[in-house]
Amino acid sequence: MIKAILIFNNHGKPRLIRFYQYFAEDMQQQIIRETFHLVSKRDDNVCNFLEGGSLIGGSDYKLIYRHYATLYFVFCVDSSESELGILDLIQVFVETLDKCFENVCELDLIFHMDKVHYILQEVVMGGMVLETNMNEIVAQVEVQNRMEKSEGGLSAAPARAVSAVKNMNLPEIPRNINIGDINIKVPSLSPF
Amino acid sequence: MSDVVEKTLTALPSLLSLDSHPGSAKLSSTSKLGNLIRGITELTSKHEEEKLIQHELLAIKEQVSSPNTTMRQMKELMVRSIYCEMLGYEASFSYIHAIKLAQQGTVLEKRVGYLAVSLFLNESHELLLLLVNTVLKDLQSTNLIEVCMALTVVSQMFPKDMIPAILPLVEEKLNHPKEIIRRKAVLALYKFYLIAPNQVQHIHNKFRKALCDKDPGVMTASLHIYLQMIQENPDAYKDLTPSFVTILKQVVGGKLPMDFNYHTVPAPWLQIQLLRILALLGKNDQSTSEVMYEVLDESLRRAEMNHNITYAILYECVKCIYTIHPKSDLLEKAAKCIGNFVLSPKINLKYLGLKALTYVVQQDPKLALQHQMTIIECLDHPDLIIKRETLELLFRITNAQNVTVIVEKMLEFLCISEDDHTTIDLVGKVAELAEKYAPDNEWFIETMNTVFSLGGDMMQPDIPNSFLKLLSEGFDSVEEDRKLKLFAVNSYVPLLRGEPGKLPQRFLQVISWVLGEYSHLREDLEPAEVLSLLAKLLDMKNSSSETKSWVLMAMTKLCKGGTDASVTQEVSETYSSSLDTVLRQRAHELQYLSQDPELRARVLPRGANPETLEVDSSLSFLDRFVSEALAAGAAPYKPPHQRQEELDQSKALSLEPYGLSLPISMSSCSITDRQSPTLLSMSSGLSGDSADLSHKGGSSALKLDGVKRVWGREGYLAQREPVEEAAQVEVPSPIQSPGRQGEGDSLHSQTPTQTPTPEPEQEKQQLASSLFVGLASQSSVSLMGKSEPTPQRFRRKAKGQGPGSSFNASEQISSSLISPPSAVDNLLCNNLLDSNNASELAEQTSQLSQRLTTANGTCHTEAELTEPDTKGCNPALRRDNCVVAADPGPHDDPGRLTEVCLDSYLPAELSGLSHSEIAPLCANQSLNLSACHVQKEDSLILVVFIINSSESAIQQMLLQVDSEELEVSCLCDSPAGEMTSHSVAVGQYSLTVKRPAVHVEVVGTVSYQLPAGTSQSLQFSYKVPLTSFIRPFVVSTEEYGTMWLSFSHDTKQNLTLINDNQEPLTATLNALKKKLQLHVVEVIGMEGIVACRLLQDLPCLMHCRVNAGWLAVWLRSPVPDLPDCLIYHCQRALQSL
Repeated sequence: MIKAILIFNNHGKPRLIRFYQYFAEDMQQQIIRETFHLVSKRDDNVCNFLEGGSLIGGSDYKLIYRHYATLYFVFCVDSSESELGILDLIQVFVETLDKCFENVCELDLIFHMDKVHYILQEVVMGGMVLETNMNEIVAQVEVQNRMEKSEGGLSAAPARAVSAVKNMNLPEIPRNINIGDINIKVPSLSPF
Repeated sequence: MSDVVEKTLTALPSLLSLDSHPGSAKLSSTSKLGNLIRGITELTSKHEEEKLIQHELLAIKEQVSSPNTTMRQMKELMVRSIYCEMLGYEASFSYIHAIKLAQQGTVLEKRVGYLAVSLFLNESHELLLLLVNTVLKDLQSTNLIEVCMALTVVSQMFPKDMIPAILPLVEEKLNHPKEIIRRKAVLALYKFYLIAPNQVQHIHNKFRKALCDKDPGVMTASLHIYLQMIQENPDAYKDLTPSFVTILKQVVGGKLPMDFNYHTVPAPWLQIQLLRILALLGKNDQSTSEVMYEVLDESLRRAEMNHNITYAILYECVKCIYTIHPKSDLLEKAAKCIGNFVLSPKINLKYLGLKALTYVVQQDPKLALQHQMTIIECLDHPDLIIKRETLELLFRITNAQNVTVIVEKMLEFLCISEDDHTTIDLVGKVAELAEKYAPDNEWFIETMNTVFSLGGDMMQPDIPNSFLKLLSEGFDSVEEDRKLKLFAVNSYVPLLRGEPGKLPQRFLQVISWVLGEYSHLREDLEPAEVLSLLAKLLDMKNSSSETKSWVLMAMTKLCKGGTDASVTQEVSETYSSSLDTVLRQRAHELQYLSQDPELRARVLPRGANPETLEVDSSLSFLDRFVSEALAAGAAPYKPPHQRQEELDQSKALSLEPYGLSLPISMSSCSITDRQSPTLLSMSSGLSGDSADLSHKGGSSALKLDGVKRVWGREGYLAQREPVEEAAQVEVPSPIQSPGRQGEGDSLHSQTPTQTPTPEPEQEKQQLASSLFVGLASQSSVSLMGKSEPTPQRFRRKAKGQGPGSSFNASEQISSSLISPPSAVDNLLCNNLLDSNNASELAEQTSQLSQRLTTANGTCHTEAELTEPDTKGCNPALRRDNCVVAADPGPHDDPGRLTEVCLDSYLPAELSGLSHSEIAPLCANQSLNLSACHVQKEDSLILVVFIINSSESAIQQMLLQVDSEELEVSCLCDSPAGEMTSHSVAVGQYSLTVKRPAVHVEVVGTVSYQLPAGTSQSLQFSYKVPLTSFIRPFVVSTEEYGTMWLSFSHDTKQNLTLINDNQEPLTATLNALKKKLQLHVVEVIGMEGIVACRLLQDLPCLMHCRVNAGWLAVWLRSPVPDLPDCLIYHCQRALQSL
């Protein structure tokens, strides 16, 4: 299970915080600080896994993170999750963000914190991985966005229907996402 | 594009003003959030931020409580509060408004409301109850988005108690036409399963339906549930194995729609999940494993391209292959795969490779050998995580020959590690290795010193305890023992002379204990000097009061009066007025004992072997005081666990006395019977665990210790032996110089630093050879230290071979000797509190010591009493040695041939009943004796067969049978007189128990005359377990209740529970019932009551309760010793399963 998802920037400013296990408010802040402390110390050429911060972890937990330009994406998971699987899930999440925000950057995360949360809700639900297919996630989010545009008018549109419509317009959704195209420019975007 | 990338916070103000970016364009210039963020980014100090946010919060607060605020504005306010909360500022005033927004808003506003609620609140927050109705309403909504939102919030957090309210609605969603809804419903139900498994028990069928859902997404979601449930109870889901295999086969074969591909890999996360499930199902189960071999092979084959996610699948595959029942060609492939991981230049893969190696090295140590150079490189890797993982791997391959190098590496790492968890973990490992494989005393003591100083006060408390225990118990050779202790003393004195202030408290405690006990071993060391060193510790500011009491205790042991009097006098005066009662107590002890050397020698005998010292834990010397108090009307004492149990039981089956009715409680008999010291020590001799001892908590810890040793890797290894043989590829170490393998001794001291070599590469090879020594040369089985050729150095002294847990008692006593707050100390302390009068204290101390010695005395006789019993415990031995007193002639025919047909000689009235195996007792040239016992419903019959195997008749034969524990009555005429050649005579005896014992023994003599006129005799003994005398006892619950109160002898113990697929309590009770012929009276919830009788009609009642994974058993009977014997058999019965 995923215990927490933390996104903060290179200075340790939180950009998105989602806990799937209850921690008191000040504990959460301490976890953020400590995690930042642990993660920011690490070079880019070391592994993306970290074990046993004293706060979030007994021995069972581990931190899996990726560093993109100005942002750190950190997932805290227990032993029931696959390390490499989560690493790619972060990638999927970021690619989805990129698609939804058209060239995502840190600013988008700041000003559209709520939207980022909605996107995340489609990826991870209550600590469990819900969807790993980027197109499906985007489709779900777009349904909600349309609803926003029409202020609730189209709100009842079923998700698959909308995506079907969308797919008609876009007959060729690129199946193999070419990672190089993504605009969050990052050294670690190539696998590992 | 690059300008987008460069967008950072520093550029923010200009971006906002220029409005050049689509992202910022979306922000209206009046956006409050925009303003807030702009404000924050312009700030320079944390203090200013705080001020700004407080200001912001005030503004939000004002607005949300204003009645004119529209829902739309509210939505915006909520986002601002979320932002503030994320930064760590509390906005609790907005919680209720978030709920309101979720309740009343339109879909969009609702969405913000739900989001805010799920971020602000937790499962136990009281406001959450207000949300239940909203969730209910939304779950019934026709708007799919609302349903989705409700399901999302439910899976994030929902009050446990309210689950029944929405459960039917969520269940209904499993049949929803939209797959996204079904998927979310499955996950919501999984969440319910996690927080309240009982609530969703009835819908397991629906989970199966979800597994078979036509949409693979729903099926994937249901795997979360199955992974969890199979982890908890793999046996219940074995039938699903073929389904999972089929699914995986289809996925791997690319049968899923292209949608599910990720980087051309079909549904990788689904594959990972399935592989984990298969590993759980196939573990220790050959037939299930066989089902999955093919698909695993397929997975390995398919996942051969080079993308990150394929490695994820490969890794799971490898783990699965090594977890399930082994198959050699798969193992080979998996090993190759691990090699790819380890050798990969990608650091993440290396990490996983090391993890996989750590996982498999127990089964396949050769694999570590193959990759030794990589492992050495990883040991020096700049990444601490990799380094630590490598140490973890090395820990698993440690043996007596490489221990010094590995421990050195671990200690090196400890010096640079900053993480507390890592430190605690590693320190424990070093201590374990040091104790297990220490090559010599010096090394051991020095290593432990480093452990204590590095581990500090964070380490597990059992490390210093077991270290001290080891020192005090020592090992077999007295001389070695003395050397070890002396070396410890020698190494501690300079430490104290140096800067003891820097040492951790735990270390100081260890030092003071050792100096107190053993500093006399060093002859050139004056006690006065040690005393002054110790006194220095007391003056240190950072010494905790616990440390001080250890120090005072040590000083008490050392002081001799005379010259050192001044130091002790001063110290005891200082602390005799301390506010800390323990310190005050110690100070008084020091004062009095230092003045009375004789008393001191008795209370604290020097060099006392802890095993010979027995503490009268029943405090029998207080019996008189207790009975006086009872006579004066005091309530009888109940130990805490009993009180607790009574509290617990008030909810269910109430069998415990709520307080004995007055007449019973006044009769001191029931009290003394229960608490009598003889009974207690008797019972501890028999079952090793009397009620008092077992509940002091110490015993469970000690037991765990034992469990670890016995069931650790060694047990695991034993199971896997065939694997190793299968996978055993002879891989001679390329580096290891051939001459080095055998000579472990020379290698002990050979660390890389001590053997300077010019080239770093050569250094590595040196290191490799010292690290991996033993891996190639020895058989893999002995690697894990199971059957070490070099015996473990610090092996604990062999304990008496008494039944099972008998050393629990003694271990506990010795450990209570080591740690100062023992039962005796507490007693003294209490007395001190009652009467702070010094003279009284001294008197009590002397009294106590007297009691101690008397307790010793009784204990010795006790031991002697039980000794024949334990000897007799070994029936096979006895029978083999069965003495032929008069006839030393060789007997070549043990009567086995005739044994087969002895059955037919069973008396007709017994032949239909179950009887034990007919066992040969003894034989000589002319006679063969065999016996068996027959269980009748109301009696136990012993049948003795006498076979005349000689060619001539014998005369005047007489068979006599007798027993200490049993009443033996002859049923029909004892066979006597003449026996013709090759005839069989049968004697029958009815047995009744006089005095219960674990095994009862019948001894007998056959005397006869040979035709030649010489008279001879043959002696035999026959052993019957007490269980043969046990019969079910049918009572009603009410009768049971009344009887329970009236029985005075009892014992308590925790037994292991059986965990097969049934409910553990029922399973355990059934097993006991089958093995011991008990009668299960009733089972209510987690409790069960059981009754049995000892022939003829001596009842014994048993009360069982499941408590923290154990079965807490309480036996009561009117017969002394019966509960103890029975608990022993219960233990045996459960162990033998």
